[in-house]
Amino acid sequence: MIELTINGQPQQFESALNVQQLIEQLDLQGKRIAIERNGEIVPRSQFSELALVDGDQLEVVVAVGGG
Amino acid sequence: MNNLIIAGKSYSSRLLVGTGKYKDFTETRLAIESSGAQIITVAIRRTNIGQNPDEPNLLDVLPPSKYTLLPNTAGCYTLDDAVRTLRLARELLDGHRLVKLEVLGDPKTLYPNMIETLKAAEILVKENFDVMVYTSDDPIIARQLEEIGCVAIMPLASLIGSGMGILNPWNLQIIIDNAKIPVLVDAGVGTASDAAIAMELGCDGVLMNTAIAAAQNPVLMASAMRKAVEAGREAFLAGRMARKLYSASPSSPTSGIIASKPPK
Repeated sequence: MIELTINGQPQQFESALNVQQLIEQLDLQGKRIAIERNGEIVPRSQFSELALVDGDQLEVVVAVGGG
Repeated sequence: MNNLIIAGKSYSSRLLVGTGKYKDFTETRLAIESSGAQIITVAIRRTNIGQNPDEPNLLDVLPPSKYTLLPNTAGCYTLDDAVRTLRLARELLDGHRLVKLEVLGDPKTLYPNMIETLKAAEILVKENFDVMVYTSDDPIIARQLEEIGCVAIMPLASLIGSGMGILNPWNLQIIIDNAKIPVLVDAGVGTASDAAIAMELGCDGVLMNTAIAAAQNPVLMASAMRKAVEAGREAFLAGRMARKLYSASPSSPTSGIIASKPPK
């Protein structure tokens, strides 16, 4: 069991996972998103390689209307 | 010749618009089409986890293939938040470099914190971003932002979303006269005449959102703004006549008048 903080909300996961698996579990596959992990950008090319660890802080963002 | 050049790219429209505060994406799209804008700002926000998986995405409505997107740092109060937001934007938009930096100082006025803005601009320029920067209308700060390497200076006309128009044309004039990079009025425009005045002063462009989105008819106001920016630009290029207080000059011939002579 690991706990990740995603967009400020703690969330538990049964087993270790990488960023790509997280995106699938959150139903965000195919969406135009960008991810930051512990203050560092996670390039899309690293989604399948980067293993998340307990306590990771993630930001998942999209573009929205703004001025 | 009459195009706006920002970071080496040429734009025929000098009106830049935001994409916030519209009723829905349809209205957003129609207003932006009506404005003729080629550069449009977007905000970067946390996605709703586990909600509305089929929610439409702004980028589907306003595709990067059609518009130059200008991700902003609206809502950021520290240089750290602003820099992180734009790094995320660059990743989101596949290495996109053109960004709008704003670091706010207080939620009531949304007045920019120029100390944090200068520091953030320095970091972003070093990281190869093309920074269009929201600033107070202080000519010295504007000069410093240019020296740092920003690609455009965007002083406020009045507070963000206030619609109060151009409160200090004299400061804008000094900033325009000193700058070698484009100067765009960003924030404060309320109606078409405000945009025209900004352009007549010699601004290179105008960025607005609320003036269009909060109009009773946003699509019509977007069209009015497009014309105002074009009219103001042409008036600037044409060069206005000199102001002559107490020295009227008739446009019709002064001789051959059938009437009696005017009073002395």
